Formats: sequence, C-alpha cells, structure tokens
Amino acid sequence: MTEAVRRLAAFRELVLIMIIVVSGIVMSQLSEFFFTEGNLRSVVIGMVPGAIIAIGMAVLLASGGFDLSVAAVMALCGTICAYLLSEGAPIPLAIVGALLLGALVGSGNGVLVTFLRVNPLVATLGTLLVARGLALVITEGYNISNLPPSFVQLGQEGPLDLPWMVWIMLGLVLLADLALRHTRFLRQVYYMGGNERAARLSGIRVDALRVFTYVFSGTLAGLAGVLLAARLNTAVPTAGQNLELTVIAAAVLGGASLTGGEGTVLGAALGIAFLALLSNALTLLHVSIFWQIVTTGIVLIAAVSLDMLLRRRQA
Amino acid sequence: MSKRPPELAVEGLTKVFPGTRALDDLSMSVEPGEVHAVLGENGAGKTTLLMILSGVYAPDSGRVLVRGEEVSFARAQDAQAAGIGTVFQEFSLVGRLTVAENVFASHLPTRWLGVLDRRRMAREARELLRTLGSELRPDRSVASLDVGERQLVEIAKALSLRASVLLLDEPTSALSAEEAATLFEVLRRLREQGIAIVFVSHRLAEVFEIADRITVLRDGRLVDTRRRDEITPDDAVRLMVGRELSVLYPGRTEETGPARLEVRGLRSGPVGPVDLVVHAGEIVGVAGLRGSGRSRLVRAIVGAERRDAGEILVDGSAVRIDRPWQAVGRGIAFVPAGRMEEALFPRMSLARNLVSTCLGLVTRLGIVRAAAERRLAERLVRRLGVRARDVEQLVQTLSGGNQQKAVLAKWLALEPRVLVVDEPTQGIDVGAKAEIHAILRELAEGGLAVLMISSELPELLGMCDRVLVMANGRVRGALRAEEATEEQVLALAAGTAGEEAA
Ligand SMILES: Nc1ncnc2c1ncn2[C@@H]1O[C@H](COP(=O)(O)OP(=O)(O)OP(=O)(O)O)[C@@H](O)[C@H]1O
Ligand SMILES: [Mg+2]
Repeated sequence: MTEAVRRLAAFRELVLIMIIVVSGIVMSQLSEFFFTEGNLRSVVIGMVPGAIIAIGMAVLLASGGFDLSVAAVMALCGTICAYLLSEGAPIPLAIVGALLLGALVGSGNGVLVTFLRVNPLVATLGTLLVARGLALVITEGYNISNLPPSFVQLGQEGPLDLPWMVWIMLGLVLLADLALRHTRFLRQVYYMGGNERAARLSGIRVDALRVFTYVFSGTLAGLAGVLLAARLNTAVPTAGQNLELTVIAAAVLGGASLTGGEGTVLGAALGIAFLALLSNALTLLHVSIFWQIVTTGIVLIAAVSLDMLLRRRQA
Repeated sequence: MSKRPPELAVEGLTKVFPGTRALDDLSMSVEPGEVHAVLGENGAGKTTLLMILSGVYAPDSGRVLVRGEEVSFARAQDAQAAGIGTVFQEFSLVGRLTVAENVFASHLPTRWLGVLDRRRMAREARELLRTLGSELRPDRSVASLDVGERQLVEIAKALSLRASVLLLDEPTSALSAEEAATLFEVLRRLREQGIAIVFVSHRLAEVFEIADRITVLRDGRLVDTRRRDEITPDDAVRLMVGRELSVLYPGRTEETGPARLEVRGLRSGPVGPVDLVVHAGEIVGVAGLRGSGRSRLVRAIVGAERRDAGEILVDGSAVRIDRPWQAVGRGIAFVPAGRMEEALFPRMSLARNLVSTCLGLVTRLGIVRAAAERRLAERLVRRLGVRARDVEQLVQTLSGGNQQKAVLAKWLALEPRVLVVDEPTQGIDVGAKAEIHAILRELAEGGLAVLMISSELPELLGMCDRVLVMANGRVRGALRAEEATEEQVLALAAGTAGEEAA
C-alpha cells in the first residue's frame, strides 16, 4: 500500500465522508425516493438523539471508559421531562431537571467506576437496568403525550425548515469536536485513555477527570431524551432500545478504540450519520428491520477488521 | 571453532521503516557456544536485528540462516520452533497472569486431556528463577512486580524454551550488579552447553566480562566484528559513536543551597520511618538491593504510593502530597522506572508525549496551540538528543534508549524544583548517558534538587554528592559519594555494616 493511501486511511473522518457520499450516489440510483428532501430530512432528524449521545461516547471512549447506560438514561430523562411538564412545570425547569438527572446518573457511573473500581461494563449495565426500570415505574409503562406546544417546537420547527434539535446537534457536534481536539482540558482525556498510570504521574487529576467524562455522557443522554420527547410529542419509556450499541458501533467506525486514547467527536457523529443512512437505504430497498440489524453488525465487523489490518501494516 | 556452519547467521540484512534505515546490509554470525555482544548507540538497529531474528519483523531484504539453512519466519512462534528464544527489550508479560503462567506462556505443561499441570508449572518456574538467583513466588501476579523482577521473569521465560539460540536485548538494564552477575553465571553455563547467545547491552563492563566476540553497529550498518581480546572498551566506544568520548561523569558541587526537599518520619507500607534532606544544587542517590524499599520510598514522596505517616517539606514549608498532581503542582517531577508502563503514551506522537506534563506552557485561553506545542517539543528533542524522524513519530516506534530520553525530556519541560528519578539512564547508550549526567548536573547547579535511584552503583557514586543506602525499608547510612567505595555501599545495603553518617 502506498504512503498516500495510508495517510488517507489515518484520517478517518474523510474516509467516512467519502463513503457516505458514495453510498448516497449509489442509493439515488437504486431508489428515486432516496434523494428527496423529505427522505433526507427524516434521516437527519432521526439521527439527532444518537449523534448527541455519540458526543459523550466519543469523549468517554477516548478516555478509556465505556457507557452502556446512555440509551436508558435518554429514555428516563425524556420521561422525567415529560412528567414534569405534564405536572405543569415551566419548560426551562423541566429541561434543566432532565439534564440534571442525566448528570446525576452519570456521576453515579463515574463514582462506581473511579472510586469503587467496578468494571465500566458492569457498572453501566447496572445503571442501564436501573434507569430503564425507573422510566417504566414512573410511567407505569405508558407513554406521556400531549406536551406543551412551545416545547414540542424544539423537535418540530426551526430555521430552514429544519427543527431546532437538528441545529442543536450540529452546534454541539462542532463545538465538542473542536474542544476535544484543541482544549487543554479535554486533551487530558486522550492522555488518560492512552496510559492512565502515566497520565496520573504526569500530574493529571485522573479521578476527577474520569468522573467528569461520565457526567458529561450522562448529561448529553439526558438532552437526547428531552429532544426526542419534543420531536415525538411523547415520552416513551422504552425508547432507544439498543441505541447504546449503535452509538458505540458508530464511534468505533469513526475511529475510536475500546482500549482508549483515540477517536474524535466528528468521527463518531459521522459514524452515526453513516449508520442512519444505511438503515434508511435498507428500508427503502424493502429489507426487513431484522436484516437491518444483521447488516449493521456486519458493517461494523468489516470496518473494524479492516482498521486492524491497516494498523498492523503501519506498525 | 568448528567447521560446521554457524548456529545463526544473517547476510545482507536490510530493514527500512518510514524515514529510517534501521538495518542496512548487515552480515554477521553467531557460533554455538559463543556469547556474541552487539553494541551501538540508541537507534543503531540492535533491537530491529533481534526482532527479525525472533520472527517479529520480516526483513526487507537479506537472509537469515539457522545452522546453515535459510529460514523465513512468518511469526514469532516459527522462530521459537527453530530453537530461538528471546528476551525482548520491551516486556512481553501479561500483567494479569501469574509469574509461572507467564514463564510457560508459549508451552503450558499439561496433563492428561490437556488439563493444566499447575504444580509442575510452579515447580519448574521456581527452579528457573532460582538459577537466576531469585526467590520470586511463582503464584504472584506479574502486575505486582517491579521492573527488575519483571526482567527476571522475562529471562526465565526465554530460558524455559531450552532454545539453542538465545537472544537477549538489554536484559540487565533493570538489574542490580549481583543479579547481573548471577545471570552471567547462567549464560556461562549455557555457553558450555553449546548454546549460541546474542547479547545486547549498553553496559560496557558487562559486555567485556561475558562476550567472546563483539559486533558494533552504527546507523544500521556493521562497523566491525572483533574478538574480545582484539578490542578495548575505548575502541568500542569510538566505533559506536564515531568519536572520542568525553568524561562520563561531570564534577560535583562545591557548595549546596538551602534544603529544597525535606522528608520527616515518612512511612509507607514496609518502608520507614525515613528522614532525608536534599538541598538545592545537590544530587542525592538512593542505593539498596531489590526489596530494600528504595522505589517505594521515592514513590511515596511524590504521591504515587500511599503514605502512612510523615511530612514532606518543599523549600521549608510543609506541603500536602497525597496524589501525584499535587507533587507536580509543587514543582516535583518524578521519572518512574518503567517507561512504557508509567511514563509514556506509546500510541501518541513524540510531541504529545513531551508536552503531557506541561500543557500549560503551550496553552492560551484554554486552547492548546499546535505551533507552540511543536516548538517546545522540538526544543526538548534537541536538548536531550532524542533520535526521531520528527516530533510526530509515534513513541512506540522509537528505539528503547530514545524512549528513555523522551521520558526525561518531558519532565525537563516542566522546569521542576525537585527532580525525583528512578533508574533515569536505563537503556541509554554511553555517549548519551554522559550527556544526561551533564544535564542533571547542570540543572542541579541551577538550583534544582535531585533525588536519584540507580541500580548501577558506579553511576550513583560517580554522579551523586551523597548516597543514602537503604536496607529493609530504612536508610542504613549516608555516604559522601566522592569518598565512598562500592564495597562500603554494598556492606550497608546487605545490613552488615553499622550506621555511618556524612
Ligand atoms: N516500528 C517502527 N516504525 C518506525 N521506526 C522504527 C520502528 N522500530 C524501530 N524504528 C526505528 O529504527 C531505528 C532503530 O531502532 P532500534 O530499536 O533497532 O534501535 P536500538 O539499536 O535497539 O536502540 P536502543 O539502544 O535505543 O534500544 C530507530 O531510529 C527507530 O526509531
Ligand atoms: Mg533497542
């Protein structure tokens, strides 16, 4: 393989963009409905919760952490937000309440992992069950609908005919991507993921930073829940089944590694975009939802294996 | 020597990495029953040679011959099957497994139906370690071992293969003189059995003690191969660095300043109580055998290890140091002994590694400035003479000695007031060692206080102003390094001499 190709492969975001463009072109040939405004719009809106959660996941994976609870936290926070609204709380209060709850669950994860040294997989699997269960307990399993119109606007109206939630997603992805690449504070995350012991001895406050990464991830999951409730005009306690796995898959497609120290926010968001496009394409091609899951898995395995191969060559 | 073909030979071996010709048309051979030393500066290609011989890398061109037959190893297991055992420079142990499991990792002894024979494994591992003079328990987890102990396990692992060729890449860089001497006993015995041994080391005294022939590499090329009695250590250095070497140790301080670092009544696990003072401008060494608690002591000072009691004072005022970041905040830099485990970020660039301690210096308004980062990294690379393609090179692809220089460089950037170093020159070539000694002395003259551990007694006595000798967790004596002899230090370390003060 030539040096140029190798360089390119190292710049994961570019590769993903190219793949997205190419598959877009292929799709527009296969289905005339694909390249319509309505379809693309629904793909973009559909990827918002995943992309927002992926921001936190990218940071977490770069730090050598891991969070399975995000989708359940999303559902729980959306539910709480809707519950507060239905009880007549003002909109800002309901939103802040939901975000704080996300942060709280995140800090629980952080404390479990950092100070009690519970394996992140186990710790966040535990909080996943707790959060999902609580969402069902609060709603007794039912959806909470008929939210205030000015709240629902967040998910349904906005400039350029795109709802606010899309603009929020774009803004956050951009901001978080730049912050993770360039700020001193988040640079420490890469050090921690690259070699925790070395980071500690280099004077980085590893414990506090690790708790922060979980709080950050939990808060974003909360935000995703709020926006999803706004879009659907309903809080669904069972929303986002398996979304945590999709997000982790997307982050890995986008260059993150489960061993830490790598990955970007943009990469993870592009990974989400690619998976959203893929599932849209499969739907348009009348592939059953069950086969879509299989396909996503195969794409992930193929991408990661290819990545390992390229890396081995580089070494 | 006999007429039969050499046990191991290479012809025209070349290996190119992006930006580096690590080996360039190298030919050499190793006879059965010979210890063949390979010398060269950091980055000369020694490790690359051993990696090819052990099947980790494939050469770009050239041939490898085992007992006269050309071989081509696709994997490390192929080399093992051909009778080549290797002690790598970077450790290849699995931290979560026990000592015994690591020793027999590639050929676990089994009983009927493939059931693991743990008893036999433990027994044989213990025997192997005993021949190396170590009483390490085979059921200890490798994660709990210090660097020297890991090195011994690594050697036992290679010996367990009962290979006909043994490749050793700086096996002694983390060992004390006694441990090295025991290893040499073992190597001599193997030599008598007709084993061919390739030995890489930066410790010239060792090389001249054990080697039958010496090959010198420079920039991946063969400079010369000579019998030991045809070459002097000075010749060897000249061949390695291509010039005459200046003095190995700089002068000592005439006078020292006020107390910079003071430790009172420190206790940490089995260590202590310990009191010590390091003055501004002073280099204080800590000597002691393995298990004497010297590493634990310095780690407790910098907050890397739990402290049970005691006070730490910097410039006369008590400071709170329970975590490493607090020590860093007080201007105390700590260079730990395991560079890959505790000091470097292997998959990150050299530049990122170098600024990891001092992000503040290259940050404005919370943003890390890429240009400033690069400039600082380049300055540090020049200062320490790190040999790298550029500052974007991944640290894991640097040669071992250059990684070690990077570890020191990253702490110099911080401009600390106290420098605590555990084995700072392990794996560093003779020329660079002298430069690092000079840098340490220069820093001390600028008012820095240095506390230094080294298993190399000559280095401690040559570099330090005072040497503290530890045994069983306590400081048994303090010697003025200029007047002290190795015998005095060893006697104190073994606990056979009374207290002495200086
Ligand atoms: N995987 C790699 N990718 C790129 N360059 C490499 C890689 N491995 C080694 N090199 C380069 O090859 C050269 C030779 O390295 P090598 O490790 O063989 O040196 P060495 O003689 O063992 O040095 P030391 O005494 O420091 O251990 C160095 O310049 C090093 O940076
Ligand atoms: Mg080497």
